[in-house]
Amino acid sequence: MHHVVEKKTYYIVSAWLMLLLVLTVAAAQRDLGAANVPIALAIAIAKAILIVLFFMHVRYGSPLVRLFAAGGFFWLLIMLGFILADVQARFSGW
Amino acid sequence: MTTEAHVAHHFDDAEQQYAAANLGMWLFLATEVLFFGGLFAGYAQYRYWYPTEFAAGSRRLDPTLGAINTAVLLTSSLTMALAVRAAQTNDRRGTVRLLALTIVLGSVFLGVKAYEYYHKYDENLIPGRSFSLSTGHGDSGDLTTLDSSRGVAEAREIDEGPVQIFLSFYFAMTGLHAAHMVIGIGLLGALLAAARRGAFSSDYFTPVEMTGLYWHFVDIVWVFLFPLLYLIR
Repeated sequence: MHHVVEKKTYYIVSAWLMLLLVLTVAAAQRDLGAANVPIALAIAIAKAILIVLFFMHVRYGSPLVRLFAAGGFFWLLIMLGFILADVQARFSGW
Repeated sequence: MTTEAHVAHHFDDAEQQYAAANLGMWLFLATEVLFFGGLFAGYAQYRYWYPTEFAAGSRRLDPTLGAINTAVLLTSSLTMALAVRAAQTNDRRGTVRLLALTIVLGSVFLGVKAYEYYHKYDENLIPGRSFSLSTGHGDSGDLTTLDSSRGVAEAREIDEGPVQIFLSFYFAMTGLHAAHMVIGIGLLGALLAAARRGAFSSDYFTPVEMTGLYWHFVDIVWVFLFPLLYLIR
């Protein structure tokens, strides 16, 4: 009736999450200039995607569930995007 | 126990009932994304305005404790996922054990968090009248910053006001997250009691799966909080 994910899959995903944690700490200790923030965010997004797809079973879910899962983050991007664009444009002289 | 015993009268079958619960949970999580998203938006805006002060505030957090807590929470997500799997495969003892382990890991996270909060209190880092960057911290490097972009050791005083804003975001965001953890541990406790009674099987494990979704979501929030709060250069 439901997809039962192999234990091995969970262990591999977990190992990747730990690896990405080590990576984000290591990257933060180096001065990469403007690249520090995008790298930290990219790693966080990669971790979130792994959790959503495997632990939260979206990879095995129906198209409707995938749409709902993506929807929340899509609205978040709209909110963040417009707020940051506004801040940048309105106070660019600061 | 038959599958039909769990199906409410307005659903055709167990599968439809499960799909409805799953979709409803994801809709709830979408509102949670936007709930936390408001704080992340405010954070991004103020960090854009006060990058130096945010970095100075971040240096007063302990990245080692933050990293340990991240590892604890990621591990708790693994035990949660395995608990769902145990319920799916009629492994009653495994379900009970893994749910208990998840509760323990969640509690460890909250314990570390409580220790960190107490430490902030001790160092006068709670935003408010007694806020001070110079208490209980011998390293004067926190009060000044080196302008590395010019390659010269040009030090300037840090304005404490925006540092307080950073710490306000720290307490609001981690506090809201911790509140979600407390609720999650409560839900897990109820699941644990039900699992001991043998309430879950491959025919019916919806509450375990839904609580799992919530738990993983709270984990994802922390995955973003950790680098944004603890790891600012």
